[in-house]
Amino acid sequence: MNSLQNYLLLSSLLFAIGLAGALTRRNAILVLIGIELMLNAANLNFIAFWRFGLNPSALTGVMFAIFSISVAAAEAAVGLAIILAAYRHSKTTDLDQMNSLKG
Amino acid sequence: MTVAFFILALLTVAGTAAAMGLRNAVHCVLALTLGFAGVAAIYLQLDAQFVGLTQIMVYVGAVAILAVFAIMMTHSPGPAKPAAYSSYWILGGLVAAAVFAVLAWAIHSDSASLQPLPVQPEVTVQQIGDALMHHFVLPLEIMGLLLTAALIGAVVIAMDRSEEPK
Repeated sequence: MNSLQNYLLLSSLLFAIGLAGALTRRNAILVLIGIELMLNAANLNFIAFWRFGLNPSALTGVMFAIFSISVAAAEAAVGLAIILAAYRHSKTTDLDQMNSLKG
Repeated sequence: MTVAFFILALLTVAGTAAAMGLRNAVHCVLALTLGFAGVAAIYLQLDAQFVGLTQIMVYVGAVAILAVFAIMMTHSPGPAKPAAYSSYWILGGLVAAAVFAVLAWAIHSDSASLQPLPVQPEVTVQQIGDALMHHFVLPLEIMGLLLTAALIGAVVIAMDRSEEPK
């Protein structure tokens, strides 16, 4: 049986993988990718709850997922731009070495 | 249908786990595209065709390319390879495992999520376009404004000001 539980378990596993990456990687770009994975897990939840919900023809879950994907794309662009600016400033993307707020 | 779901889930989890586990950052992004494509296939399996194709275009197409560009632009050619994981990686892994354990326990103990799949909804792209143009027109406009502001902001932030003529 292909129940909602399977999809929720998959999305929580994706969230945990993204969280582990965001917490343990040293490269700032990979930390950002971990955050993207967590957003993807949330989108999967939206779609799964929409599909298994009472009124799938209302399209609410699909709309929320589309807007969420757009926000995630904007976030990725701004995040990578910030990483590039920080790299230009400190010559590294290693988060263990970026430990000073004052340039 | 269940077999297809398990194959796709395995592919997705393998791709994302490799993306977060490999040492070479470019290999990480390549594995990440596999994970994103797996999520897109799961959207298609859930009858959300538009979202699945959007996922392929936005994540597999744009975000992965953007990440590869950023990795190549910040690649330091020095011989010393820095460690891939932070010094407190055990703590981070434990936190992630605890989060997954709590979520899995909550999902497992909830009997409402055991309901079977309802009848397949008829969702066409025309319906999605109608909803975007009528019911969701204000969020759509705000999203356009947000994307414009974000892209201009990204260009301004990443601009190299050192070679500016004074």
